[in-house]
Amino acid sequence: MIEQDVAATQADVHLNGRADCLEAPVPPTGIEDYELVIRPQPGWIAIDWREMWAYRELLVFLVWRDISVRYKQTVLGFAWAVVQPLMMMLIFTLIFGRFMKVPTGGYPYPVFVFAGLMPWTFFSQGFGAAATSLANQQALLTKVYFPRLFVPVSAAMVFLVDMAITMVLYAALMVIYGVAPSWGIVWLPLLIVLTIIATLGLGVTLAALTVFYRDFKHIVPFLTMILMYTAPVAYPISIHSQVWRAILSLNPMFGIVGAYRSAILGLEWDLPSLAISATTAVASLIFALFYFRKTERAFADYA
Amino acid sequence: MSQPIITCDRLSKRYILGGFRSTGLLSYTPPSLRETISHRLREIRDVVRGKRDRKPREVNEFWALKDVSFEVSRGEAIGLVGRNGAGKSTLLKILSRIVEPTGGCARLRGRVASLLEVGTGFHPELSGRENIYLNGAILGMRKVEIDRKFDAVVSFAEIEEFIDTPVKRYSSGMYVRLAFAVAAHLEPEILIVDEVLAVGDYTFQKKCLGKMQDVATGEGRTILFVSHNMGALSQLCSRGILLENGQVTANGPMREVIEAYFKSASDHRAAQTTFPIEPSKPCQFLSAGLYRADGTPAADFGCDEPFVIRISLEVRRNMLALTPWFVLYNPEGTPIFCSDVRDHDPSITGRLGVGVHSFEIKIPAYLLAPTTYMMNLFCSSHMEQHDTRTSCCEFTLRDLTSARPNRPGVLRLMLPWNHQEEPTHLAMPQPAGARS
Repeated sequence: MIEQDVAATQADVHLNGRADCLEAPVPPTGIEDYELVIRPQPGWIAIDWREMWAYRELLVFLVWRDISVRYKQTVLGFAWAVVQPLMMMLIFTLIFGRFMKVPTGGYPYPVFVFAGLMPWTFFSQGFGAAATSLANQQALLTKVYFPRLFVPVSAAMVFLVDMAITMVLYAALMVIYGVAPSWGIVWLPLLIVLTIIATLGLGVTLAALTVFYRDFKHIVPFLTMILMYTAPVAYPISIHSQVWRAILSLNPMFGIVGAYRSAILGLEWDLPSLAISATTAVASLIFALFYFRKTERAFADYA
Repeated sequence: MSQPIITCDRLSKRYILGGFRSTGLLSYTPPSLRETISHRLREIRDVVRGKRDRKPREVNEFWALKDVSFEVSRGEAIGLVGRNGAGKSTLLKILSRIVEPTGGCARLRGRVASLLEVGTGFHPELSGRENIYLNGAILGMRKVEIDRKFDAVVSFAEIEEFIDTPVKRYSSGMYVRLAFAVAAHLEPEILIVDEVLAVGDYTFQKKCLGKMQDVATGEGRTILFVSHNMGALSQLCSRGILLENGQVTANGPMREVIEAYFKSASDHRAAQTTFPIEPSKPCQFLSAGLYRADGTPAADFGCDEPFVIRISLEVRRNMLALTPWFVLYNPEGTPIFCSDVRDHDPSITGRLGVGVHSFEIKIPAYLLAPTTYMMNLFCSSHMEQHDTRTSCCEFTLRDLTSARPNRPGVLRLMLPWNHQEEPTHLAMPQPAGARS
């Protein structure tokens, strides 16, 4: 009998994850064994992966909502996803390819620059959308409970669709210029994951900060500009000295953009830069997740 | 005996009004980035200079909830009453995990769904069908669950033929119906509902209330319900909790709690009420008061005299179809009547632009029964409620002149009895001593 009680207590402790809030053992039968404890939780809290998993369908719905809403009532519809990188490519080709004659390792400039524009467009649009996502969804924050992390994550993930479209466009571009991809392209999926990590690392942190300080809405455009010119989007990584490469690699997109070119076009890999950038990206995401969890409980008070 | 499904143990919630608090991030007016940075710099400066005994900055605390404790058993329907700002919404938000309590502990032994607003997460560009799925997911439903209930939701909302139209083309009534229908088909063990029945037309409010009653009684779920509609509360809830200034002051049978609420409201009795200015509202009531026919303010009237309700409304932003209206309640919480600014001139809402508007509503003599009344004031536009003032302008009517001062009923009509006389065949002889 006593053993049974102990077993029941342990089962409950396991379910609640908090032994301190249990006063009497509850028989683990039916719905009685579920208990949710609401109390102030100071300090840092780990991500509740189990809850996120339980709500996973909501993440899908939020992404799907943003995708289906974005191009409603537009004449060109999803063509807009193509227009932006295409325009960037044309401008860059004119300025950096034609006027400044940036070295491209022998590749036509459009093919060269587009390889970098793909991850950059995803990154810049993704973290920008994530940064303002929470501040723009006050009703959701103050009126209903769900894992708040989904809001910036879904806002950024939407741009994966755009990235997929631009990849098709890039494939067409390579066919037109008669450029074959190198074997390094097998690393592309890994690089895409790294791009997502970098995007969320910055986007999630900014999203939480923007709830408290609307100043960050105005900081995002500056940040985008700074990160873009310090990343080798328009120019090859080779124009920098080793020292500068190490410093600039603190911008996660520095190593990542370079690596996209190495993977697709077979340009020389700069592994130290990639290593530093990858570390920055992962570290920023870990920080972002903890910072978000720490601050999310005050979102509704501020939003 | 099973454990209570909800246990609140000394729940408290503190807000800091203005000012800065370095240990946390709770305040109504968040500090700007500049303030934060300068505050941190000052801290650093103080540490460098070795100043430790810095006096704490004066903070203006506000306890929205203070030591709130109560229990709810499985299957109970609890009505939460209290004046505006008593902490009802804060309590619901804590139990819905939207805001974190400052102190105390709450245990919920069941799946919670809360409906604090109708149509949270609705996207105007999406169709009704898409919004059902989106809103359902936001409220915590699984896709299979929504699939299963889809037809029931659509028929409850009565929008079958518009299901694939974007909701931005819906009438406000359709929008509200759809939003409530989704929420009404949630199947949580605990349902938390804030004042959402104040929307929609009367028939639909009735339908919603009926649905909530089914949920509470038929399906055995636990409901926590906030409303200013005392009629709905007494119909739906068996037990009530009265919150005053963030504390529980009554907890018992619904009828008794409503009485306590009316009694507590009469303590701050004022026939003329001036409301605090809330600059964030696009429009708000400035004052409401009761006056005799000759213009003197009063709170006691005879049933035989007409009187005037004066309402002053400040509009700070032009809004479409801005409509002030009010409902009069008797002490049982029964709504006696509702009056709307458009009653005599539907076009008047077009003239309610930015500015201060005053209204005078004349209540005729011989209409209301002699008892105490309270008024709930509302100002709504197209779909939004901008300002709500509850339990204001309490006043008493007395019957001093009629031959029957105590009569049942909510009306005191003095109807003429038209009189005719005919002879009877069954006339009885007068008993001796009676007057002839």
